[in-house]
Amino acid sequence: MTMKRRTVLPLVAGLMVAGLTRAQPAPRVIELTAQRFRFTPRVIPLKAGEHVLLKITALDFPHGFFLPDFDKRVDLMPGRAVEFALTAPGPGKLHFLCDNFCGEGHEGMDGYFEIAKA
Amino acid sequence: MTLQRRDFLQLAALGGGAISVAGLAGCATRPTPADEFYFVQLSDIHWGFNGPPNPDARGTLPKAVAAVNALPTPPDFIVFTGDLTHTTDDPVERRRRMAEFKTMIEPLKVKTIRFLPGEHDASLDRGAAFHENFGDTYYRFEHKGVHFIALDNVSDKGTTLGAEQLAWLKTELATLDPKAPLVILAHRPLFPLVPKWDWHTRDGAQALELLMPHEHVTVFYGHIHQEHHFQTGHIAHHSARSLMFPLPAPGTAEKPTPLPWDAAAPYRGLGWRGIEIEHGDKASLTEHPIGAQA
Repeated sequence: MTMKRRTVLPLVAGLMVAGLTRAQPAPRVIELTAQRFRFTPRVIPLKAGEHVLLKITALDFPHGFFLPDFDKRVDLMPGRAVEFALTAPGPGKLHFLCDNFCGEGHEGMDGYFEIAKA
Repeated sequence: MTLQRRDFLQLAALGGGAISVAGLAGCATRPTPADEFYFVQLSDIHWGFNGPPNPDARGTLPKAVAAVNALPTPPDFIVFTGDLTHTTDDPVERRRRMAEFKTMIEPLKVKTIRFLPGEHDASLDRGAAFHENFGDTYYRFEHKGVHFIALDNVSDKGTTLGAEQLAWLKTELATLDPKAPLVILAHRPLFPLVPKWDWHTRDGAQALELLMPHEHVTVFYGHIHQEHHFQTGHIAHHSARSLMFPLPAPGTAEKPTPLPWDAAAPYRGLGWRGIEIEHGDKASLTEHPIGAQA
C-alpha cells in the first residue's frame, strides 16, 4: 500500500495544477515511454480543457518528466508506470522534457502537447 | 600590487576583451591594495567531444592554456567551472578523458587550480570519477580575505544540490561575517534562467535564500556556454564562455543545441575570463575570446 500511495502523489500534484475535481469525468489515459533520448510519443494532441492521465514508463533510466510552464515534475521509475494528471490549458504548445541528466542526447529529450481549441 | 593591477588592465586592452565591472559589491570600504588579486575562470571544456560544432576540438584548450600562460602577471589561481570532459556512458572512457584533460592542462604555469564538476563529468556516476581525479565536488577556501565556496549542482542527475550539501552550506555560511566578500562557484545557474532548457538548479532558491544575509555575494558559473550577467536581489551571477562550442542565447531557440562553427570567424563565442578582485570593493571581469592565431 505504501508503494501505491507514493505512485499516486504525482497524480495529486498534477490535479492541483490542473484544477481537476472529483466531480469531473474520468480522464483519458495516455501512455508514454521514456527511453534515452526520446519520449514516445513526442507530440501529443489534446483539446483545451481536456483532462488526461499520463502513464509514463521509463524503459532504461530514471528519467524525469518536467512541465516547465507549470513548474511540476516527477521522477520516472524504470519498468513502472508513473501517473501524472493534467488538464490542458488554452490552445498552443505545452512543452515537457526529461530533467534528469541521462547522457549525451539528454538536451534533446523532450516533447510537447499540441493543444487545439475545444 | 599596483604593478599587478596595471599589467592586468594592460592585458585587457591588448587582449581585446571587454572590461565589465561587476559587483562583489556594495562594499564601500577600500582596504589595503595588498588585498587585490585576480584569478582566471575557464569552463565547459568538454574534452572528448567530437563533432562539427568545433572542428578543432583538441586544439582549442591548448590555445586557452597558452593564452593564460602568456598573461603578463600570472593569476593567483585558476578555476575550472565544470564540464571538464564530455559525457560518456563508459566509465573507463570517462576516466581516460579526465586523465587526458589533466595532461592537456599540465603546461599551465599556475599550479593552484580549483576544479568543479559539470553534469557531463559527474551526473552518470554521482561524481565518482571526478572525485577520483579532482577531489571533493564541493568545498570552501579563502584567498586574501575573500571567501570562496564551490557548489556541486550536477552530481545529482536531477540538478539538485541536495539536503546534505545545503546543510553543509548553511553551516559554512554561519562561520562567516555577513559583511565579508563571498564568491560562489558553481556549474549550473543557481537561479531559474531557462527551466525549459534545464538551465537552472532545482533547489537553487534554497541556496540563494541562505546567501541573502551575506551582503557581498558574486556567483561565477558555466553550463550555458556564453557570457551572461544577472542579478537576484543583491547577488550578481556571471556565466562564462565555453572552450568547445557556444550555445544559443537564453530562450531564443527550441533547444539549446550547439551553434554551428563559422569558418569565417573560427572560435567565435569561445573564450575564458580574468576576474580581478579588489578586496572589499568590486570584481572586474575581462573576457578573453579565443583567437584563431592565438
